[in-house]
Amino acid sequence: MQAVEKAIKEKARALLADGTVDRVLGWEKGEYCYDNTPAVFTAENLGNLVYNSFCGANLSKYLIAESKKEGRVLALLKPCDTYSFNQLVKEHRIDREKVYVLGIPCHGIADVEKLNVKGVKGIERIAEDGGTLTAQTLYGEKTCEINDVLLERCMACKGPEHMAADDVIEDTAPVELRKHDRFGMVEKLEQMTPDERFEFWRSELSKCIRCNACRNVCPACSCLKCVFDNDASGVAAKANVDTFEENMFHIIRAFHVAGRCTDCGECSRVCPQGIPLHLLNRKFIQDINKNYGEYQAGADDSSAWPLVDYTQEDVEPGAIEGGKN
Amino acid sequence: MQRIGVFVCWCGSNIAATVDVSAVAEAVKSEPGVVLATDYQYMCSEVGQAKIKDAIKEHGLTGVVICSCSPRMHEATFRKTAAAAGLNPYMVEIANIREQCSWIHKEKDEGTEKAIILAKAAIAKLNLNAPLTAGESPVTKRALVIGGGIAGIQTALDIADAGYEVDIVEKSPTIGGKMAQLDKTFPTLDCAACILTPKMVDAAQHEKIHLYTYSEVEKVSGFVGNFTVDIRKKARNVKEDLCTGCGVCMEKCPSKKAKSEFNMGLNTRSAVYVPFAQAVPNVPVIDHDACIHYKTGKCGLCEKSCPSNAIDFEQQDEIITREYGAIIAATGFNPIPMDDFDEYGYSQNPDVVTSLEFERLMNAAGPTKGVLLRPSDGKHPKTLVFVQCVGSRDTTECGKPYCSKICCMYTAKHAMLVREKYPDTEVYVFYIDVRTPGKNFDEFQRRAVEQYGVNYVKGMVGKVAEEDGVLHVQASDLISGTQMHIDADMVVLAAAIEPDKSARPLATMLTASMDTNDFFTEAHPKLRPVESPTAGVFLSGICQGPKDIPETVAQAGAAASKVIGLLAKDKLTCNPCVAGSDELLCNGCSACQNVCPYGAIEYVEKEINDHGVREMRRVAEVNEAVCQGCGACTVTCPSGAMDLKGFTNKQIMAEVDAICRN
Repeated sequence: MQAVEKAIKEKARALLADGTVDRVLGWEKGEYCYDNTPAVFTAENLGNLVYNSFCGANLSKYLIAESKKEGRVLALLKPCDTYSFNQLVKEHRIDREKVYVLGIPCHGIADVEKLNVKGVKGIERIAEDGGTLTAQTLYGEKTCEINDVLLERCMACKGPEHMAADDVIEDTAPVELRKHDRFGMVEKLEQMTPDERFEFWRSELSKCIRCNACRNVCPACSCLKCVFDNDASGVAAKANVDTFEENMFHIIRAFHVAGRCTDCGECSRVCPQGIPLHLLNRKFIQDINKNYGEYQAGADDSSAWPLVDYTQEDVEPGAIEGGKN
Repeated sequence: MQRIGVFVCWCGSNIAATVDVSAVAEAVKSEPGVVLATDYQYMCSEVGQAKIKDAIKEHGLTGVVICSCSPRMHEATFRKTAAAAGLNPYMVEIANIREQCSWIHKEKDEGTEKAIILAKAAIAKLNLNAPLTAGESPVTKRALVIGGGIAGIQTALDIADAGYEVDIVEKSPTIGGKMAQLDKTFPTLDCAACILTPKMVDAAQHEKIHLYTYSEVEKVSGFVGNFTVDIRKKARNVKEDLCTGCGVCMEKCPSKKAKSEFNMGLNTRSAVYVPFAQAVPNVPVIDHDACIHYKTGKCGLCEKSCPSNAIDFEQQDEIITREYGAIIAATGFNPIPMDDFDEYGYSQNPDVVTSLEFERLMNAAGPTKGVLLRPSDGKHPKTLVFVQCVGSRDTTECGKPYCSKICCMYTAKHAMLVREKYPDTEVYVFYIDVRTPGKNFDEFQRRAVEQYGVNYVKGMVGKVAEEDGVLHVQASDLISGTQMHIDADMVVLAAAIEPDKSARPLATMLTASMDTNDFFTEAHPKLRPVESPTAGVFLSGICQGPKDIPETVAQAGAAASKVIGLLAKDKLTCNPCVAGSDELLCNGCSACQNVCPYGAIEYVEKEINDHGVREMRRVAEVNEAVCQGCGACTVTCPSGAMDLKGFTNKQIMAEVDAICRN
């Protein structure tokens, strides 16, 4: 990825120099070397831009605010981020004209939790060479293969193609597509009895501390004012009455993003409690695929998504409730 | 604080038998805002309504809750009552304690408990009601009839005679429908063509009627009084304005092997064709699947021979957009396919025919010129077996659970006609029941038995097997309890009828509801039988349920009178329960615009002052004249910016709360 980082910087410098863009949206090193954080750069600080297997953050949501500002912004989007980008363009949340999308290659993002489990702890520095991560830790040097520590979402990679891009940094050493069945766990949950399933979700969701990280990172959660923050809506108060408020919050959130969720997996990535929130979204995605035909949100930037579109081939409500079509 | 009066109706014993109405009134007395709660035998009667009016005045009520039947039934009645007493009609809430309570509960305790909960929910909602004022919308004084059979033709003629413009959209190349295929009609035995073709001509020549044949409805938007419809006029490849109907093209056409749809596939037609000689309009169409020109690029004999240069191979489908005030569905029926009924061997044996095919075989304009010859070898059949209820009153997968209603009579007709024309034939009719309720119907069927000697056998046919041109029919005679074996020359199946396949997609376009058998649903099965629950959509003919010609014509006239009543109005009162968007919350995402079935939502760029921050935002705006208050946008909006007057999110939440509190 060092070569890619170099290519990005060269491209960005050129576009800044010829006035095509006024600033660059990318990642800089965070508090630790494995928590790279979104940041906006100009020619002066472009040197701080980093790109490696720890740049998980999906930058598309930041473009809502960035595209409202004067001038044009260069956005670095990994293939899966472009789906969210398209969806936001579709919803008129991003001004497409004010964004220059540079599609960048991605070989998968490392999950720090998985590194820890593998005994790679107290990381001070990390170097990448091909698929191998070499970490300098408090406990000495440790190595591991990136393929063994990928985020779940990268195991079910959507592929190397950018759905939207004004220019693309070519991938000189592409990796094999990983084909993890993303609906496997959903199927498992479906096969549980209602009581078992309730118990599963109750146990998962009871970990929630309502930090709102999932909502804040979610590109589909782009409301100017969330219903949960709107006292007048009465929703938050209603949820509070229930002893199990997080139920309501996460279920309502899943309903609100249904049909628009691109399955970018950011919700689960940022959850400090490790709740598999993406499973709620995937249940909706699976139902949509089943009832309205295969659909990938954000594959384009103009079609109406199935839940707000209406065709005569749409399944009758009876079929959804398990009745006859 | 509202001052609410609650009125609990007994509806005779409809409600009072399973709901303790006085207990309901007692239980809601202490609900917030309630100043009066009482019950009465018939709240909708003059006395009942007077009680409401008096209470409004006497207690200074600001709103009333009526615990009674469905709002579909009497909401309008009680709104009028309230308005007459000076109350805003939208300060009336109905708690449906009949259809959704007393009728579905058997235990009085349960019924009463639920009625109390429903009443409390209505009270909770009413506490948040605000007076609403209805606007007005204009009426386009033109009707659209979908389907050009006898139902559609009669409806169109009646509307046109009242002075309003009517368009008929018919998907086949001619109007006339199924009736045009029939031979004689019961119970008077006059010929279908003699009574139908003049009506077809009337429709074609009427200055207020425009025919779109070989056309289909593609898209419907708008609402009562203001529908916009896209009609796809399929390419005939024959120019209607030039064609004189001389028929030379059909004579010259070398491709003559296409099956005639009109004759139920019993003979063939040319690739350029009119379905039958009396077709209206008498302008042929080219069947692309059969035409040599479209298959090979050669031929073109019709083009060369046409004396008026009417053939146009390049003609394309055309989309015509028209405005209408009312739409009448008259999409008709088809016999169900017989392929699944293996026991009768319909697919294997050409001498096993359906009744509609039999009509063509008996028809003077049919493939045999009206001489009864069996399809396999062209011989006169000597023994005929008619089987009734093939797929009707049949709860298995291949059949229909309902009675097709017309088969008993047309089978009697067929049997009688065969015996009259060919006295040397033996005719058997197998039936489950003979159903002949109609003027002169029973007399008709009895004549078939008593005067024409038709053998009516109560029982069903179990098997039809062919051997050397003879159809061995195995059946049971339920009266004598014996098995019968008849060697027949022909078997005629009274196939069940089902709504035309075009009805379901049309219902979807019209947002009109259908039952499980794909018949259109009436607004009320007894009191509003020709109106769909969707305002401005009316029903004519079999699309609403099986019926014979006299009934169809009567219903067609009834639908026309309802349409005329609508078109006679210059303005309609709008529904004030319309959606509106809170601009401060609107994200501009377009989800509401996508789901709005009426095209009532537009997006505008607008400067918004959000608590001191001024910025340009893309926000939704509702056209209140177009909005029908369906509420689809309110549930789609993720941020809760969309709300519906009269059914606000808060009101609905209050109802849910009231229900959950119990």
